[in-house]
Amino acid sequence: MSPFIAIIFIAVAVLFILGIKLLGSPKTARYGNLLAAFGMLIALAATIPLLGSGEETSLLKHGWSLNYTLMVVGLVIGLIIGAIGAYSVKMTAMPQMVALFNGVGGGAAALVASLEFLRRANSPEGITTFFAITMLFATLIGSLSFSGSLVAFSKLQGYLEKPHTFPGQNILNGLVLAVILGLCVYLTGWATTNSTAFVVMFSLALVFGVAMVMPIGGADMPVVISLLNSFTGLAVAADGFTINNISMIVAGTLVGSSGTLLTLLMCKAMNRPVTNVLFGAFGSTKSSSGAGAAHVGGGTVKPIQADEAALLLGNAQQVVIVPGYGMAVAQAQHSVRELSDELSKRGVEVRFAIHPVAGRMPGHMNVLLAEANVPYDQLCEMDAINPTMDRVDVCLVIGANDVVNPAAREEKSSPIYGMPIIEADRAKTVIVMKRSMAAGFAGIENLLFYKDNTRMLFGDAKASLQALITAVKAS
Amino acid sequence: MSTEILVFFIFVLAIFLGFELISKVPSMLHTPLMSGTNAIHGIIVLGGMLVLADAASTLAVALGFVAVVFGSANVFGGFMVTDRMLQMFKKKKK
Repeated sequence: MSPFIAIIFIAVAVLFILGIKLLGSPKTARYGNLLAAFGMLIALAATIPLLGSGEETSLLKHGWSLNYTLMVVGLVIGLIIGAIGAYSVKMTAMPQMVALFNGVGGGAAALVASLEFLRRANSPEGITTFFAITMLFATLIGSLSFSGSLVAFSKLQGYLEKPHTFPGQNILNGLVLAVILGLCVYLTGWATTNSTAFVVMFSLALVFGVAMVMPIGGADMPVVISLLNSFTGLAVAADGFTINNISMIVAGTLVGSSGTLLTLLMCKAMNRPVTNVLFGAFGSTKSSSGAGAAHVGGGTVKPIQADEAALLLGNAQQVVIVPGYGMAVAQAQHSVRELSDELSKRGVEVRFAIHPVAGRMPGHMNVLLAEANVPYDQLCEMDAINPTMDRVDVCLVIGANDVVNPAAREEKSSPIYGMPIIEADRAKTVIVMKRSMAAGFAGIENLLFYKDNTRMLFGDAKASLQALITAVKAS
Repeated sequence: MSTEILVFFIFVLAIFLGFELISKVPSMLHTPLMSGTNAIHGIIVLGGMLVLADAASTLAVALGFVAVVFGSANVFGGFMVTDRMLQMFKKKKK
């Protein structure tokens, strides 16, 4: 690589760093993303002179070949798929889309590593131990991320939502992982050019990705996607080592480490160690017989009608709205904004309380409400809203469940005990909009529904909201 | 010091940089951040282009082609979807 191109790649790395930095504040985030995209375009352009380091195929020396035609076609196909996906996806389906883009990235990382292995195994360059380690790492992590993301995608689409578990699952997964690692050691130390062992390793890594994500429930998918995102980053960094491209190393590592931190932050918000998310098979075995079940008959639920609820809302001074995944499912974010505007017009102070893990991705609710033109200074984080909750007249819970469950505070035996929650129950009146009395994704009974100050407004969130808006307007 | 060690040094520094960069991000931006970093690892498309250029056998060409399509979808789709999300974050109009 000539010094000139090397300097361009350093500049690209700087653009990525600045881009991620600017993504950290709502004012500059869009600019940050465009800056990183600009860096990517420069990186693509700077790659052209590097193409074809081998003798026969060098573009500058030997001109065009079929490979280059395929390259252009491939880039265009990817661009079209990406654009269609990016602009047609509904905002509520955003987590799936990110999972899918992440998956194909992981797949590409695994393929790049494998091809470099194929090429070097048949060339005089040969395979050094350093090369073997980075290459195997990229293949393993990349293919795992690929298949894992596809399973995460299907789960979020609702195809495989329930956790799939069977006895001895963790042991079997452990065995598969042990075989994979054994093959990696064998390939590194003894048989650096054994392609059969390599293909077996590759296939097992794909299987392991499926086996790893399969037992995890839909509610934990944000954590899984975030983790797989950082995995793909690391695989890309490892690819950077194998094909000796420094901007790939820097970009991949930045994504890997920031993604790991993001994953840990999310687990912290749920008060569960990351190992529990990955191996706990939450909500499938434990909670069916869990302590929460004892409360089913312990209290009564007080239903409320829309017009009565509208009266409460219209006469309140302070209203806090807690959105959850139910709002996303019902596509109700626009109706929520309409209700909020209607109340604001009447002098009611409306704020939105966003739990860090509400929805299927961190910040999922913020994106949906932003789509519906709710200004972001009206959205409050959990820690800002909780101290003010005693002064709130009405707390309207729309399709949120576990993130407002006081069991996290009161019920020591509950699986979610200790998880920080939005303390909706401390408001003077709580109105919970819910389709039915079914338990949340964690499968835990919600103590909030049985509190004296709680009223349940049953029905589809969107229909109920429309009824509320009509009633508020009429009053 | 060998090149490999130097490159490894950069790798270690980048790990710490990644942690530093997002340690103070508000949770409302977590989704765009995840999506934005997701697009950045789409730089793997460069790797796909490089290996496809060197691919000699039919199998290698086919796999390299798939790698380019995957990487390209990751990088373009990732940036576009992030931009689409971020353009909706607006402050209250006065």
